[in-house]
Amino acid sequence: MGQCDGILTAGAEGMIVAEKEGCAMTGRHVLLIEDEPNIAEAIRFILSRDGWQVSTYGGGLAAVAQVQALCPDVLVLDVMLPGQSGHDILAELRAMPDFAHLPVLMLTAKGQGRDREMAMQGGANMFMAKPFSNAEIVAAVRSLGAGTNLKGAV
Amino acid sequence: MALTGLTGSRVRERRLAASISQADLARAVGISASYLNLIEHNRRRISDAVLAKLATVLGVEPAILAEGAAGGAAQDVRAAAVLGGGSTPELDRMDEFLGRFPGWADLVAEQYRRIGHLERMVAALNDRISHDPHLSLALHEVLSAVSSVRSTAAILAETEDIDPDWRARFHGNLHVDSERLAIGAEVLVAYLDGSEQEADTGAAAPQEELEAWLAEHDWHFDALEVGGGGPEAMARGVAGLASAAARVLAQDWLVQAAHDAKALPLAAFEAALAKDPQGGDPLRLAQAFGCDVLTVFRRLAFRKRAKEGLVICDGAGALTVRKPVEGFTLPRHDAACPLWPLYSALSRPSQPVAALVEMPGLTRRHFYVRAHCSVTYPQGFGGPELRTAAMLIAKHSVPKTDEAFVPVGSSCRICARKGCVARREPSIIAQAV
Repeated sequence: MGQCDGILTAGAEGMIVAEKEGCAMTGRHVLLIEDEPNIAEAIRFILSRDGWQVSTYGGGLAAVAQVQALCPDVLVLDVMLPGQSGHDILAELRAMPDFAHLPVLMLTAKGQGRDREMAMQGGANMFMAKPFSNAEIVAAVRSLGAGTNLKGAV
Repeated sequence: MALTGLTGSRVRERRLAASISQADLARAVGISASYLNLIEHNRRRISDAVLAKLATVLGVEPAILAEGAAGGAAQDVRAAAVLGGGSTPELDRMDEFLGRFPGWADLVAEQYRRIGHLERMVAALNDRISHDPHLSLALHEVLSAVSSVRSTAAILAETEDIDPDWRARFHGNLHVDSERLAIGAEVLVAYLDGSEQEADTGAAAPQEELEAWLAEHDWHFDALEVGGGGPEAMARGVAGLASAAARVLAQDWLVQAAHDAKALPLAAFEAALAKDPQGGDPLRLAQAFGCDVLTVFRRLAFRKRAKEGLVICDGAGALTVRKPVEGFTLPRHDAACPLWPLYSALSRPSQPVAALVEMPGLTRRHFYVRAHCSVTYPQGFGGPELRTAAMLIAKHSVPKTDEAFVPVGSSCRICARKGCVARREPSIIAQAV
């Protein structure tokens, strides 16, 4: 993870807000890749209040690079993104040894069926259909974060 | 031959129904009573000539005697039987079923057709929902806006100590998203309204709907002749068609027919037909009137009380016009027989193709067909080539021994012709027999 040492203040879409130094595993860092600014803002707000450090990125194209740069503990990934779909991003991440086990929660506006199947086959740890409730998101991210800690401890 | 199997039984059945004695019927058709008896017990094959005479005396179509109810009902009952589902109908007694319970047989046939329509409708609706990009996009919009509204509203409702700046920001977001939601809902409603209209036509494919309407009018409208009201005069008839797609097809058909009527004015066209020693050679007529050959084809087939059938296909071979002529079974949904001269013409634009063809069946039916293909370039040099082929179908008497004919069929599925080199799939008729 040698490349995870940058300090990012703005992403390609101007959505990167959080800053992070190095790749120290705090266990409380979430990267949210979501192109809907208002949804991103709401999720960022509720996760921040739950004690998470939240980074957001609003595009599809450089999403993998963002993950590499930020090394989040949990990734919340939208499926319908401009440029590159969430499924493709997940596939790329899973092919990288560093991120093969990164806990991923996938969000999609298409609630059921094919998208869900694809997300699960692609290696998503959890799946959430929009519109979700805030409590659901917080619970999901918490449980994924706890899973990471557990894995780290073993 | 299996299809002949019960011809004699049908003769007997019809004779008894008409209360004619064996001796009287035999005398009327010029055969001996004992020979008729053998025929009636299916122990002698019937020649075409005797069959024709029997049919005349009994007042039925020769084809019905030869093949049982050869029409749509029989084919559809057979198709229903082959599909079968969980049951095993007595295929060998199908003729008996058709003969003894014509009402029930019609019902089975009708239900088979209805099931086909419904299956197509379900498939179409399925396609629409899973592949329609407009629907996906509209739903995505609404779900995104709803997600944002739900999340934001919950934050505002549940966070008591929210910072005023944040609160103002979330209120602003709510406002924007509610606008988006309103527009998204409108788009969805408009979409669903549209699909509702189409749903009630799902019972019939648009082309079938148009053909049924045209057949009702014998494929001819006086109003479309020069000096008539034109396509506008037919507006009410068009509006009566159930599906929007059929209305579009009907409108196109009427505009084309009016255009054809203008290119070949009725009086002049009929005079030319009367003068033509060949009784209306489309190529000569096209030359005389300076119009496209297909215009003449359509004019011939769609003139008042025209006997000719007409099929027109596009470059993919899909039939876009199907005016039937008795005995020349046109496929309803499947692709047509690849041996039709129509397709020879399609591959050789501008070259006339004429042939005598034979449709399979016990009563062999012959037709004189003429086919021609026109090529157009609606977008000029830069655009695609569009091919349209048409085939005029006219009844023909039984060919003389030295007359060559092309054996063709309707569509493989319902064609009984054996050993056909062009067969695509097994025939349900061959299987059923």
